[in-house]
Amino acid sequence: MRIVSSLVLATALFAGAAHAQETTLTIGATITATGAAASLGIPEKNAIELMPETIGDVKVRYIILDDGGDPGRAVRNARQLVEEYNADVIIGSTTIPNSLAIGEVANQTKTPQIALAPIPATDFVFSLPQTADLMAEGLVLHMKEQGVKRAAYLGFADSLGDHNYHAFTKYAEPAGIEVVTNERFARNDTSVTAQVLRVMQSKPDAVFISASGTPAALPQIELKGRGYKGMSYFLHGVINRPFLRVGAKSIEGTYATAGPFSVARALPDSNPIKKGAIEMMEAYSAKFGEEASSFSAYAWDAYEIIKAALPAALDKAAPGTEEFRIALKDAIERGEDVTGVSAVYRITKDDHNGLDERARVMVTVKDNEFHPVD
Amino acid sequence: MDFQIFFFLLEDGIANGAIYALLAVTMVLVFTTTRILFVAQGEFVTFSALTFASLQIGLVPQIIWLLGLLAVIAAAIEIYRAVSDKDFKSIPGTVGLYLVAPFAVIALTIWIAPLGAPMLVQAAVSVAIVTLLGPLVYRIAFQPVSSGSVRLLFVIAIALHFVFQGFGLLFFGAEGFRVDPMIDASFEVGSLIIKAQAILIVGTLALFTALLYVFFGYTIPGKALRATAVNRVGARIVGIKPDLAGKLAFLLTAFIGGVSGVLIVSSTTIYYDSGLLIGLKSVLGAISGGMVSYPAAIIGSIGVGILEGFGAFWASAFTEAIVFSAFIPVLLWLSLRSTPNEEGHEL
Repeated sequence: MRIVSSLVLATALFAGAAHAQETTLTIGATITATGAAASLGIPEKNAIELMPETIGDVKVRYIILDDGGDPGRAVRNARQLVEEYNADVIIGSTTIPNSLAIGEVANQTKTPQIALAPIPATDFVFSLPQTADLMAEGLVLHMKEQGVKRAAYLGFADSLGDHNYHAFTKYAEPAGIEVVTNERFARNDTSVTAQVLRVMQSKPDAVFISASGTPAALPQIELKGRGYKGMSYFLHGVINRPFLRVGAKSIEGTYATAGPFSVARALPDSNPIKKGAIEMMEAYSAKFGEEASSFSAYAWDAYEIIKAALPAALDKAAPGTEEFRIALKDAIERGEDVTGVSAVYRITKDDHNGLDERARVMVTVKDNEFHPVD
Repeated sequence: MDFQIFFFLLEDGIANGAIYALLAVTMVLVFTTTRILFVAQGEFVTFSALTFASLQIGLVPQIIWLLGLLAVIAAAIEIYRAVSDKDFKSIPGTVGLYLVAPFAVIALTIWIAPLGAPMLVQAAVSVAIVTLLGPLVYRIAFQPVSSGSVRLLFVIAIALHFVFQGFGLLFFGAEGFRVDPMIDASFEVGSLIIKAQAILIVGTLALFTALLYVFFGYTIPGKALRATAVNRVGARIVGIKPDLAGKLAFLLTAFIGGVSGVLIVSSTTIYYDSGLLIGLKSVLGAISGGMVSYPAAIIGSIGVGILEGFGAFWASAFTEAIVFSAFIPVLLWLSLRSTPNEEGHEL
């Protein structure tokens, strides 16, 4: 009797162990880790390397491929991930064209895709970054509070500039703010004097400089140099050190919309993302010896979303099957709050981005640092 | 548009145009003496600008390793040539010429980088680094094929542009740099404000124009360059080495490119890839002089700058389209009246 019961116990234990070993979740990723967008892709790749080997008692296998910024290669990677590695979910890619290209594979093979670039959602496609609409809305709200009646637009001469212009006017006009200019400049223009003169001629209360990185500083420097006294607004693309270095004195007192991650340390303790964001930042800099960027935060949140959806999906099917992939997609869009490091996501069937006003903070530059506006 | 705005646009256009003019002059100089349409000239500007900016924030500019590498390659080529010609006497001279100056500048750069040296010293070191790159680039990339077709030389120049741009990204990163204006002042004339930096740029153009005039008109090396420009074969017959003329032309070009870079980074943000557009606009200026006339190149370049300013004012999204399409008629007119050049080279 005793022997039998121990045998039963042993069998049960073995079965348990075998069962745990069987459950291996495969997370595939295709990231732009080389080429022009590498400065965005490398932090994402690093964040994926930081993800734990197990979620609960499920083993996780990570396959990271590089698409070098080429949409064709991104598609081949996505196919390889699904067909060869039997991936249950795809993270990526870094850029908009690549993420869009992967979307087709995701829908065809019924594999959930978590894109790290802002793209429109389809059946199996989720996208984590803040949309231009969300950020423009926050910017307009702040302008309205400050009593802005006339706002000038000065943006990049490319599709991003168009996109942001439309998002801005969409919210500005209902708020009673007249958009008085639509001036454009190129990333490496050596002079924006003409555009700035045009902006100043229109006598705006505020200028919205829709550009990212160091190029966004030049119009502001020129505006200050020409004696502009009004307010200036930037987008989250400027929240980095080089922008502060190039902008120096000229950007003091300007405003920008930011993702909460980029100013996590300065946030009030009540902010839900603060604790996780600081932990992730510390783990990141301990391993890679540099500061974590918002791009690494998007990638990390892909993990948080998968982790939160996993139990519900495991109840329905085992990883490695089409049923599981569908169950995982259903579980992701179940409409519960998932607290990530970049934002709090409430992803539903109709909203595959899941962000609300909690995913943006208004910041201002003071003493060459970004500070959240109270 | 009131008079004030008109004046601001004009001032900005002339200041930008003056930079294009400086470079256009060097394009004409290089093209006439070596038949190279040196589109990588813009990279000399960005290299010097970014080197200057790195020194300003106390970093050792990584570009010194490129200088060291090119110096070693050039010296190795020369020594190999000397050994195979059994011309051992020339080796010490070669080593001195190709290695001593570059490595002295490298050592100087490493020494002064963390010191926070005065702005003028940093500017001089940046210009020196870039100036030395000029002849080395000519020795390695162009001299072995200096009698090749214009097309071949042009393709090499384009390749160099891409190589340099890649190095620029490697050395300085993707983000832009700028430094404080060398003279942060402005003069008020009635209701108009003139920036001192703009005067400095235009003044530099005037100074270089005068210096080049004296150089070409009254000095032996200048006359040798002119002779090479007029007729390479003839110049050779009377004892002017075309390769020496090439190196001299590249030295001057890199020097003027370096000075332009130091000037421009004080008034705008420069990126590792800013060189292409600056270079192309200077080519426009140089082309309006048919690639031979210095005064026409200067006037054409200033025209490009002014056109750019007013174009950006009226339709900012189409600035480049306006500037470049304005030159299509110029190109058409030039190609219609062009005749094969005297040496009978295919173009």
